[in-house]
Amino acid sequence: MNLDDLAAPRAPRAAVRMPATLRPATRRLLPLATTILLFLGLCLFGSLAYRGFFAPQVFLNLLIDNAFLCIAAVGATFVILSGGIDLSVGAVIALTTMVSAALVEQHGWSMPGVVMLVLVGGTLFGTAMGLLIQVFRLQAFIVTLAGMFLARGLCYLISIDSISISEPGYTRLAQLRIPVGIGDAALSVGAVLALAVVVAGCWLAQRTPFGRAVHALGGDAQAALLMGLPVARTRVLVYALSGFCSALGGVVFTLYMLSGYGLHAQGMELDAIAAVVIGGTLLSGGVGHVIGTLFGVLILGIIQTLISFDGSLSSWWTRIVIGALLFLFCLLQRLSERSTRS
Amino acid sequence: MVGSGLPAPARRHWGGGRLQWPLLTLLLLLGVNALLNPGLLHLQWRDGHLYGSLIDILNRAAPLILVSLGMTMVIATRGIDISVGAVVAIAAAIAGVMIGGTLVIHDGVASHVSRFPMPLAMAAAVGTALLCGLWNGLLVARVGMQPIIATLILMVAGRGVAQLITGGQIITIYYEPYFAIGNGFLLGLPVALYIAGAVWLLLQFAVSRTALGLFVQAIGINPVAARVAGVREELITVCVYAFCGFTAGVAGLIVSSNVKSADGNNAGLLMELDAILAVTLGGTLLSGGRFSLAGSVIGALIIQTLTSTIYAIGVPPEVNLVVKALVVFVVMLLQSADFRALVRSALRRPAELTGQP
Repeated sequence: MNLDDLAAPRAPRAAVRMPATLRPATRRLLPLATTILLFLGLCLFGSLAYRGFFAPQVFLNLLIDNAFLCIAAVGATFVILSGGIDLSVGAVIALTTMVSAALVEQHGWSMPGVVMLVLVGGTLFGTAMGLLIQVFRLQAFIVTLAGMFLARGLCYLISIDSISISEPGYTRLAQLRIPVGIGDAALSVGAVLALAVVVAGCWLAQRTPFGRAVHALGGDAQAALLMGLPVARTRVLVYALSGFCSALGGVVFTLYMLSGYGLHAQGMELDAIAAVVIGGTLLSGGVGHVIGTLFGVLILGIIQTLISFDGSLSSWWTRIVIGALLFLFCLLQRLSERSTRS
Repeated sequence: MVGSGLPAPARRHWGGGRLQWPLLTLLLLLGVNALLNPGLLHLQWRDGHLYGSLIDILNRAAPLILVSLGMTMVIATRGIDISVGAVVAIAAAIAGVMIGGTLVIHDGVASHVSRFPMPLAMAAAVGTALLCGLWNGLLVARVGMQPIIATLILMVAGRGVAQLITGGQIITIYYEPYFAIGNGFLLGLPVALYIAGAVWLLLQFAVSRTALGLFVQAIGINPVAARVAGVREELITVCVYAFCGFTAGVAGLIVSSNVKSADGNNAGLLMELDAILAVTLGGTLLSGGRFSLAGSVIGALIIQTLTSTIYAIGVPPEVNLVVKALVVFVVMLLQSADFRALVRSALRRPAELTGQP
């Protein structure tokens, strides 16, 4: 008798997980459908309950105000799909804003040079963490935690205070609004970038060998290795991608805040993970959609909007509601995993 | 899982030398500290209690020691609890709101009176923290969530709950007797130290004199095998998380008493990371199974000494984060069997090249 069979009813953690490809397609799409339905439900509720909620700009603001989170969350989606976790997201965003602000304001760099540098820097940071995780078989959680300490600490090495940006290139780009054709409604540069990242992420996850390798790695690393997939390279690349996305999110955040500060994006890693989970990606890896992450981010955004429209609820309700949603979705995931197995 | 495969006597031999590295690190840090700040080792008797930097470090380390003890047990079962910081904030908020302190003028003497009896307020704070831990434990053991995600939920929501309790304000505590927990002295030593010491001794007793330690270790090494062997894995896991919540609650009391206020946003901020760092420094394996309570206590002291050293050198305290990050990287690499093998082969290769065995 197999030890795992014996343990299965009471030890879902230890039981053998079925590869994602064997599951019926409907079951894979169920979490995604739940997420989209929840988002539409919240939209409907807001439109009925609050005057002025149902306006194009309100919905576009969801993207504008959460563009950096969306970009970072796409990176986090790949990490979680591969069965890992990246806790350094918020800190890398903060470090990006800090480096950008310091170089532009205090060293007279031009914007393109700064953006190139921080994107390469973020990617290298992620690659280094990926290498530590892959080569020395360290736990992703603790490596990225240390990475988070390091990135936040480096912010303070640059400056303890906030540095505001008044460089014309940045301010002009920050104020640029791209009309979408419905009345006065417009998107910011960051929001357009976020949509582009989501589309690129979808393509990367669904249509490339890399995406398939990430899914396989998250489904069962041992099996992926036996199938001859480049497990080591994929794992390092996933963290490099997350580092790149965090840095790009940081660039957008710099544009959004027009300042660099070591306390920027505090706890953003948790928001990113929450968005990924609410977006229907299984935390155990292997199953999920990048498009779901977009809706996860939008749900987090709309909760904030609803609370601000209500006016009588204090801001900390946002965190409580996000916590409750996270709990609900994790519970749903466990239940659906269990029913799949039995 | 380095030591897990070894037979029992070999592991015990390992265990004997396990504490020497953390201890050495602590002594080294204290040495550096003493060189930079000659007053460090100077203890004096003032106002009926011991007074000096060392006592200060011990007093400030007490909450971290407590949380690290809880965290050690959780990590020993292959788990992690990243909600302790939020639980510290919740406990501090409850204690702050329930004690508060209203100004009463009695016979011309102004004094502050607690809103609820102090023991009741403390029990409520610690009890709530225990419930938080229980919630985490049930999510992990019963629902079967990964520990980091299960506790992430409370970490996200917990700060909101703490702010809900305090109404988004920083609550100042005026009630004098409550200050004894974080600032008071008993027989010349800080009260907080007695609390941390008592919890440590009780836990040490439970782990070494009963089968609990063995069970926890068995779960950490192989949960399935432990269950098949008849260890009540689910119950023990729940208890371990509940205990971690309890220690965070007591730490919350000490923190709020020490700063005489409750701040839902900043109480216990990043404490989960410090606690995990302390546990790792103390030689407990993050992959579960091998744990050391004394090591975690030393780890907590190392972190507090590190903070004091950084203050003493005069660099901005925020740099602390970089130092901590580097320490974590080094400790992680030293714990990694692959890294040790790499270093060993790198050391051997030059010797082979010169023709020596």
